Amino acid sequence: MIEQNLSLLLVVIPLLAAPITAILPNGKAPWLVTLVVTWLCLVMAGWQLSVVIDGSVISYELGGWAPPWGIEYRIDALNALVALIVAGIAAITLPYALRSVEKEIPQHQISLFYSAFLLCFVGLLGITQTGDVFNLFVFLEISSLSSYVLIAMGKQRRALTAAYQYLIMGSIGATFLLIGIGLIFAETGTLNMQDLHQRLQPILDHRTVHTGFAFIVVGIALKLALFPLHLWLPNAYKYSPSVISVFLSATATKVAVYIMLRMVFTVFSSDFLRITPTEDIFLLLGAFGVVVASFAAIHQNDIKLILAYSSIAQVSYMVLGIGLASALGVTATLVHVFNHALMKGALFMAAGAIVYRVGSSKFEYLHGIGRQMPWTFTAIFIAGLSLIGIPGTAGFISKWYFVLAAIEQQSWWIAIVIILGSLLSVVYMWKILEVLFYRPAPDKGLHVNKAPASLLVPMWVLVLANIYFGINTELTVGVAETAVKLLGVTAP
Amino acid sequence: MIDIIIGHYNYWVVIFLMMAGFYTVISQGNLIKKIAGLNIFQTSVFLLYISIGYVNEGTTPIIAEGYTKYANPLPHVLILTAIVVGVSTIALGLALIVRIKEAYGTIEEDEIHDQDMSL
Amino acid sequence: MKHNLILRFIAKFLFPVIALFAFYVQFHGDFGPGGGFQAGVILSVAFIFYALIFGLKTTEQVIPPQVLRVMASAGILIYAGTGVATMLMGGNFLDYNLLSQNPIAGQHLGILLIEVGVGITVYSVMLIIFFAFAEKGRP
Repeated sequence: MIEQNLSLLLVVIPLLAAPITAILPNGKAPWLVTLVVTWLCLVMAGWQLSVVIDGSVISYELGGWAPPWGIEYRIDALNALVALIVAGIAAITLPYALRSVEKEIPQHQISLFYSAFLLCFVGLLGITQTGDVFNLFVFLEISSLSSYVLIAMGKQRRALTAAYQYLIMGSIGATFLLIGIGLIFAETGTLNMQDLHQRLQPILDHRTVHTGFAFIVVGIALKLALFPLHLWLPNAYKYSPSVISVFLSATATKVAVYIMLRMVFTVFSSDFLRITPTEDIFLLLGAFGVVVASFAAIHQNDIKLILAYSSIAQVSYMVLGIGLASALGVTATLVHVFNHALMKGALFMAAGAIVYRVGSSKFEYLHGIGRQMPWTFTAIFIAGLSLIGIPGTAGFISKWYFVLAAIEQQSWWIAIVIILGSLLSVVYMWKILEVLFYRPAPDKGLHVNKAPASLLVPMWVLVLANIYFGINTELTVGVAETAVKLLGVTAP
Repeated sequence: MIDIIIGHYNYWVVIFLMMAGFYTVISQGNLIKKIAGLNIFQTSVFLLYISIGYVNEGTTPIIAEGYTKYANPLPHVLILTAIVVGVSTIALGLALIVRIKEAYGTIEEDEIHDQDMSL
Repeated sequence: MKHNLILRFIAKFLFPVIALFAFYVQFHGDFGPGGGFQAGVILSVAFIFYALIFGLKTTEQVIPPQVLRVMASAGILIYAGTGVATMLMGGNFLDYNLLSQNPIAGQHLGILLIEVGVGITVYSVMLIIFFAFAEKGRP
């Protein structure tokens, strides 16, 4: 029974756990329940990936109604990879969360915090599992609403305005997605992704279809934090609790990239990218995003803000890969989705450890802290090397594939932008490392202990995973290539 | 020409509400007015869905004796879900505004911005 | 407001009428307009109306907030529990045909159960939101 219902249990088990967690007494019990649920989901996501890794597709009908009348959960290699990333990051974050949440969230809100965390987890997993566009919208809203709540639980009062700003922009994005879905539903009469693909093929030149596509792309771009629509992200990541920064930075934008891939390549086809000017828009906005966000990161004076602007730049890389619209480009995007989750997860965990000991993330309080927290500093150093793209780390693999894809399409200026982005990331990573290690500590400075073991161990698991997946790329590149074949990306 | 205006009257209303709501969200500085604009924007989307679902000379989608042509019931279900999502978003936004008022003492966006920048 | 005789009489008279209408909307969800969400909101309106006339403290004695939190969780568990029950009986999630001997009766029962779950959750969440905002106004 478990084998047959596997793809559904990934969504239902956290959904059952969330209301139970809300009524548990505050203390260790909510954390324990969340820990067990996320590790269970990691095991199930790994099992699911092992079933589809050879290119087969799982199709699960909800309620026994056959698609296209019923909602269908359709899992192929792409879904399984993103589900594994979400479940894996959640499973790693939970041991980290024990001490960090106790320090940052008031005692009487702890069970509600974990309940909202489980709801966000349900939403993100549901997006990866479903094969029906309206179900995707519902799960997207579930994950967005719970992330607004989680961000608003930050300690400073600016967390409230950051959550409000994110709420306004996120709701506009989701409503644009809803308008787009409505327009293509009006043209075809169905909501199932595979059925939409077949019914849209003969009518791809209708103006309604173009308008619907435009609305869908803009709506997802708001969630992705693509270049001009990224204004909510820096404040939201900076003022949220450390655990939430780790979880959202490593999963929420990646799942939005997954939605973009599904919509662009499965529902509409990759020829559509060339009929409309979308290809050029993605390339232009992606290139601008890389350069502008990296420059913005260099001028910040706060470690979490630098990492947030760096996230915007890395997501722009992924959109560049979609814009290149070739098999190699989309492979590069998928590999970078996996690797960036590892890199940013490790970096934000380190920033959270610093906040745990020092109490602030602004550079003026952090001079010389690196010498007092050596393990955290080394973790930032290695994850920073991966972000820049030094050979031997996971970041190098994804940058390599991006440059290869750009050269294959004869776009020399895209290759230059990618390399320029790496050079700019050297500048802002060096800024962090220099403040943490080389500045002399002030005379009346704080004396802090090293970060506690329950924060260090998950951090180092992610850092070592960076190095491991930089050397053994069989899992990431293999699954990405299978997924790209199934998406049906055809080069021009 | 007349056919485009009178025949597609629903869609003109949808466009007007959508633009009015969107403009309110962008231009108003008061946080509650932004939420009100968001509500109008979402309502226009519901009208769009229901207008799409109408079948010419179809009756309400409840099985009754003597009728064979019904309007499409699927958009109605989609709109129910979307209304619930909209209500939850508005409730969450208003709760955040109450907390912002307690923390800052004001709900005008520029005054909040000044208070943040002056620290 | 509880000193005004007309308002008190109207509130006591209308409360069961509104509650009855809410249950009507709930159970006629598969024959006509209605269903869980609408019924939950209407039932919570009855309690909010009572709270406006008779005061928050009296209403909190009728429905303690702790009971509301448990009811909110219970509603979602009823919904997901129906789906899990159908899975345990061998079908897919929310496959209502398995819930009874006759598939048509199974469909009726399944829809009824999940709408009851939705109604309970929506009712308790609406009241929790009302109590949370109303508490702030208290001196």
